[in-house]
Amino acid sequence: MAVGPVGRVLALRSAGPSLWTWLAVGITTVLAVPIAAVVSSLAMPAGDVWRHLWRTQLLELVGQTLLLLIGVGIGTLLVGGGLAWLVVHHRFPGRGVLEWALILPLAVPAYVIGFAFIGLFEYAGPLQSGLRGWVGAGARLPEIRSYAGVVVMMTLVFYPYVYLLARVAFREQGAASVEVARMLGRSRGVAFLRITVPMARPALVAGVALAMMEALADFGTVASFGYRTLTEAIYRVWYGMFDRIAATQLASVLLIFAAGLLLLERHSRGRARFTQRGRRGPAVEPVRLAGWQAGAATGACVGVLALAFLLPVGQLAWWATSAVRAGQVAPDFATLLWHTCALAGATAAVASVLAVLLAYAGRLHGTATVRVAAQLASMGYALPGAVIAVGVLLPLAWADHALVPSLERALGRPLGLLLTGSAAGLILAYVVRFLAVGLQTVDASLGKIPPSLDDAARVLGARAGSTLRRVHLPLIRGGLLTAVVLVFVETMKEMPATLLLRPFGLNTLAVEIWERTAESMWQEAAVPALTLVAVGLLPVILLIRLTSRR
Amino acid sequence: MTARRTRRGGARILAVALGLAAGSAVATAESAEVMVYSARAHYGQEPAMEAFTKKTGIVVKSFGGEAGPLFERLKAEGDKTPADVLISVDAGNLWNAARAGLLGKVDSPETQANIPAHLRDPENRWVGLTVRARTIMYNTKKVKPEELSTYEALGDPKWKGRLCLRSSTHIYNQSLLATMIKRHGEAKAESLVKGWVANNPTLIQGDTKVLEAVAAGQCDVALTNTYYLGRILAKDAAFPVAAFWANQQTTGTHVNISGAGVTTHAKNRAEAIKLIEFLTGPEAQQMFADSNFEYPANPQAGVNPLIAGWGKFKQDDTNIAAAGEFQAAATKLADRAGYK
Repeated sequence: MAVGPVGRVLALRSAGPSLWTWLAVGITTVLAVPIAAVVSSLAMPAGDVWRHLWRTQLLELVGQTLLLLIGVGIGTLLVGGGLAWLVVHHRFPGRGVLEWALILPLAVPAYVIGFAFIGLFEYAGPLQSGLRGWVGAGARLPEIRSYAGVVVMMTLVFYPYVYLLARVAFREQGAASVEVARMLGRSRGVAFLRITVPMARPALVAGVALAMMEALADFGTVASFGYRTLTEAIYRVWYGMFDRIAATQLASVLLIFAAGLLLLERHSRGRARFTQRGRRGPAVEPVRLAGWQAGAATGACVGVLALAFLLPVGQLAWWATSAVRAGQVAPDFATLLWHTCALAGATAAVASVLAVLLAYAGRLHGTATVRVAAQLASMGYALPGAVIAVGVLLPLAWADHALVPSLERALGRPLGLLLTGSAAGLILAYVVRFLAVGLQTVDASLGKIPPSLDDAARVLGARAGSTLRRVHLPLIRGGLLTAVVLVFVETMKEMPATLLLRPFGLNTLAVEIWERTAESMWQEAAVPALTLVAVGLLPVILLIRLTSRR
Repeated sequence: MTARRTRRGGARILAVALGLAAGSAVATAESAEVMVYSARAHYGQEPAMEAFTKKTGIVVKSFGGEAGPLFERLKAEGDKTPADVLISVDAGNLWNAARAGLLGKVDSPETQANIPAHLRDPENRWVGLTVRARTIMYNTKKVKPEELSTYEALGDPKWKGRLCLRSSTHIYNQSLLATMIKRHGEAKAESLVKGWVANNPTLIQGDTKVLEAVAAGQCDVALTNTYYLGRILAKDAAFPVAAFWANQQTTGTHVNISGAGVTTHAKNRAEAIKLIEFLTGPEAQQMFADSNFEYPANPQAGVNPLIAGWGKFKQDDTNIAAAGEFQAAATKLADRAGYK
């Protein structure tokens, strides 16, 4: 995580390696326990899985994973960044609606988009069937279950991260720098490439890094597209060879990839600072597009939106109506909803608080310790949910067996399993998995505040904590809200960790969806899936409304 | 001001979450009950479970999840586990749980009489509940059943470009390969798989999708579990795909099970055994057969009328424990043979 050089505040550093460093280290220690449990598998003996993988496909898996990351990185950068640039710097028909509508795919789980996508474009799907009926039996589209298919699909699922962050960054830039470039005789295009993009680089890179880490951790999509990655191999070794130790060892390799991504992100920022001094000044005057240009702009936005949102949601709605007609709706829907929202809300609250503390500690003390702490706390995002879940399960179960008995003796009654299968354990897993989302977002906002503000507050006698509360928090409100909403929506959609760690009786919408899709009864899963999307849309729309105000 | 409001809201949500945690940790009641960990989808709505409660008054509580992670949870909970019964899909998962010492021996003459020997653990730690036959499916407009015979024969060059398979990653295929290794040895099984691979099979994730591909003409033959076809036919009787019973002249059609065992640390062992005896009995077996177009493990129960038309078939009577024993070998074999 790029905590550090942006907000190095000299005046405060002299205050010593304070509470804040300890706080950062403390938070990270707790969050690192599950990851450490995964890495510790390296010390355990596994079967001869490694030799087998080395002989057959390890290099291929690493190569395929890298290719996927590169494809998704470029795809989300172009689509997410490009759309953000279109809607912020241009005026064209439908822009007002499209600007916020383009964030909506965030609320759709990847497994839903993937299934709808394959269903439409595969050989047996309506599109190709129609084509065969029209042109003849030999007519075919390119195979959807391919590298290109996976990259397009994942780009559609993950571009909103880049879009969301880039849009805010473009909006906040103000016109001054671009106008200087224009006055110096540069064309709009040059000004965009040399001023606008470099100034938005932290946001763009943060968004792309998030998208790539999601791609790294994904199992459902790559499995249904038949594309082999390291994560897919983890599941194959775990479920197919019953070798959980070797599977977690493989997951440690994913961590190397994640560390690489985080380093890349840091490195790309380098020592540059991206703050804006003084008031933002007037906003960039948008270009009014006309004719074919306006049509192309609207078409691009509508096209992405149709594929990433309208198509899968339409498919769900279609199934949902027939499921409702057939009476296949879960009886206790309100309970499912309440559980889903309570868990997601708690996780969003905890993760955002931790993200602010970590990011602020980094701003105050850009020391190696704090930087490494923030990086470690972000690693969980690149691990598959099921692997994190096991990483949480093992230490909790250990505590239940090693510590709880003495408590039981003291109380004189059996307590059973206090931590294993508790909501607290599940929330810990969620936070480990999704903290990176909150941290990236908060950190990107915090980085835009010039350190001179910290200095001023310090000179006026405010302590670090009160400066955070009275100066920084109000200024990063938009970023913080984004963090809360992103973590909330991600948690709602999460499936594997929820399945493994949830307390008995605490079922969520995602669990309900699993119960039906596990035996590929998609039609029956449509109602809970549609509800999940609908509930996810509310905070997303709220976010859009609140961040659109100037 | 705003910051303070946000903080208070956060605290409230946190309090709610902790409340949930505390509520869930409360110990369970005194009335007769049995806790089931189940990897069967629809675990909460099995009619057979309801019938059991109606008959015995014992309440069945179910906790569902994916087989692999469920195993980890059961193992981590150790002697404190609330689970009395583990129900899993695929014999390999049950074999693995038994190997890890998570399932205890049950000496129940009733269960042993209910279920044929090849569908239960030789050491009586688990037993099959339903049978899932994995066999050859063909497009009725393009293939005549006379052209089909065995799994091995799908490696014949005449099926080049006409074969659809689910990815080798899926446990159903791994178990199929595992029993083949048990029966024929690794070398012969590998050459069989290489035959399939040489025919350039189209790999599709999901048995239902495979069947749809056969119907659409993307391929002419495939391997899937039969109940997926049953489900489609129940909605669309004109679906142009039929099942062919593989290897009837030789080893019999490959079958797998979903099954159950009593956990080693079961707190309600007597109730758990009673449940499994009931689930393997004719009444519950009939319910299983009717609800998902699977075959009952107990031969005394009838099959669903919709699939009765497919006729009786000879099952491969290799003990299904082989699915677990040779599963890792099967996964490696598929990797070596290039079956993705």
